[in-house]
Amino acid sequence: MAVLIDKSTRLIVQGLTGREGTFHAKQAQAYGTNVVGGVTPGKGGTTHEGWPVFNTVADAVNATGANASVIFVPPPGGADAVMEAAAADIALAVCITEGIPVIDMMRAMAFLKGRKTRLIGPNCPGLITAGQAKAGIIPGHICKPGRVGIVSKSGTLTYEAIHQLTGNGLGQTTCIGIGGDPFIGTSFIDALSLFAGDSETEAVVMIGEIGGSAEEEAAAWIKANFTKPVVSFIAGQTAPPGRRMGHAGAIISGGQGTAAEKMKALTDAGVRVVKSPSDIGQAIKESLQSR
Amino acid sequence: MKIHEFQAKGILSKYGVAVPRGKSAVTAAEAKAIAQELGGGVVVVKAQIHAGGRGKGGGVKVAKNPDEAFDYASKILGMTLVTHQTGPEGKLVQRLLIEEGMQITRELYFGIVLDRSTQMPVVMVSPDGGMEIEKVAEETPERIFKAFAPPALGLQPFQARQLAFALGLSGDQVGKAVKMFLALYQAFIATDASMIEINPLIVNGAGDLIALDAKVAFDDSAMYRHADFKELRDISEEDPLEVEASKFSLNYIKLDGTIGCMVNGAGLAMATMDIIKLAGGEPANFLDVGGGANAEQIKNAFRILMSDKAVKAVLINIFGGILRCDVLAAGVIAAVKDLGVPVPIVIRMEGTNVELGKQMLKESGLNFSTADTMSEAATKVVALGK
Repeated sequence: MAVLIDKSTRLIVQGLTGREGTFHAKQAQAYGTNVVGGVTPGKGGTTHEGWPVFNTVADAVNATGANASVIFVPPPGGADAVMEAAAADIALAVCITEGIPVIDMMRAMAFLKGRKTRLIGPNCPGLITAGQAKAGIIPGHICKPGRVGIVSKSGTLTYEAIHQLTGNGLGQTTCIGIGGDPFIGTSFIDALSLFAGDSETEAVVMIGEIGGSAEEEAAAWIKANFTKPVVSFIAGQTAPPGRRMGHAGAIISGGQGTAAEKMKALTDAGVRVVKSPSDIGQAIKESLQSR
Repeated sequence: MKIHEFQAKGILSKYGVAVPRGKSAVTAAEAKAIAQELGGGVVVVKAQIHAGGRGKGGGVKVAKNPDEAFDYASKILGMTLVTHQTGPEGKLVQRLLIEEGMQITRELYFGIVLDRSTQMPVVMVSPDGGMEIEKVAEETPERIFKAFAPPALGLQPFQARQLAFALGLSGDQVGKAVKMFLALYQAFIATDASMIEINPLIVNGAGDLIALDAKVAFDDSAMYRHADFKELRDISEEDPLEVEASKFSLNYIKLDGTIGCMVNGAGLAMATMDIIKLAGGEPANFLDVGGGANAEQIKNAFRILMSDKAVKAVLINIFGGILRCDVLAAGVIAAVKDLGVPVPIVIRMEGTNVELGKQMLKESGLNFSTADTMSEAATKVVALGK
């Protein structure tokens, strides 16, 4: 089963003809994803690396029956690309672009309300269902089909968790990078709700970081609703206050958003919180054994 | 990006926000001349640094006349101001703002930030101006009034009116406040601000609302469409190594420890700092070389890392996705050969082309320590850095 993306997904790439778009479209196809075309305004009617290119997302959907889009559009057009995907009723839009102005993203989020599209990101590595399909930049070769779902604000730290789960034989169902920006389309709670309904996902790794209160909100939700084991790591336990740690949303301001608060909230909710990122794989293994 | 108070006031006044008359000065003589220009009466001499709490630290003085303005200016210029926001090392004052004195009948608070949970701009006001808003929020949260602006439409007049009435304003002050709040909101959106804070927003003797202080920060991601803001950046307010790193699109933040680290990805970089601490060390920096770093960037990252003389050992932690381990290895080998890095280096890499990368490190003949896991790497680097 897995969630959000699988072998039946029909994926288009917004920004297909760019360097990143081309590279990752090829990677996705090589992994087994059904990439059906791309969108680059002004290049409609041409083909690129064997894929049909369309001027608009609506054209691409009409012609290919695409139900998912991955966005590799430069930051000035990022929010616009998200809205275009939503206007075409794409079920899943995955925005990889980093550095979209926050006000643009705020408007795009308002545009998305009441529409059919689920947005993942922006500023995220995308998602992958192990052994089936991917939309984004998570390297496929480190994944192995298995029993654990991952939801994370980070990119490479997610790869670390994937690697540990592959190494200890547990493998993954779907790994979702939700992104480290202040305004994102899919929250921890959204992802956890999906994993709750997926019979193949037996446990979840949740990787958070300093800034905002999404982890605390997820903790409250887990306590009330989620019955599968959750292991969590929160990055930035040693981060100084008032400094933006790489991600636009990773900042402790006015004493809010510290790792300590998040770890406490999650622990109180029954989540197994590991202090060291090296312990994620082992902690999941123990949680599954003690069930 | 943060800017100075005098710059913030210059921008806000263009949007119709009333601010005191004044000018910035870099010498005491200039300060005196400005005081004379302003009429020769009472002026306020204000240190311009990127941190709050200047008054308590002695960086804001009321001068009765231009001569006194000269004296205060000579004292404040060149002083290292330590406030709760500067850290213990403080900040050197190199510029002043000289403003006309104001009669204050009320001190209010006004702020706009983007609220993450509602995904809307939130406008906040409080009758308790002059205090830190975090303190008000903690002690008397009922004295903060908020309005959430619909993102597509912006702050509406009725919302601004509600806030004005909540502040206890009456008569023609309500209309003045509404006009000012809407102007501030317009400035917030038009300039891609991440924060506007007016604390205090005062009611003066004539009953007018004036922004006595102004703090504005911009969204770095939006600066490409505000070319005119480039000149507002004051590099002397930033750490020189961080400025250098930004030239190479490297995300570097200097910290107080002795273990330098170089990582790809912000989350993994924070996690690497955390695991160094768990192993008994202290991270010297946060350094994210990004997802697609090339050999040249790796070399510059190394150079910047090693410019911090406190660094006693270096941990390189790379999970190769797009950035391949062999590219990383080539960059590190070139950097070490060129720069002659004098401290122990521990390398942990995983992911794309890891075997090739490991082989290159081994065959380089350079003295690297390697590790398979993050915890092993952290333990090794902390031991080597002792």
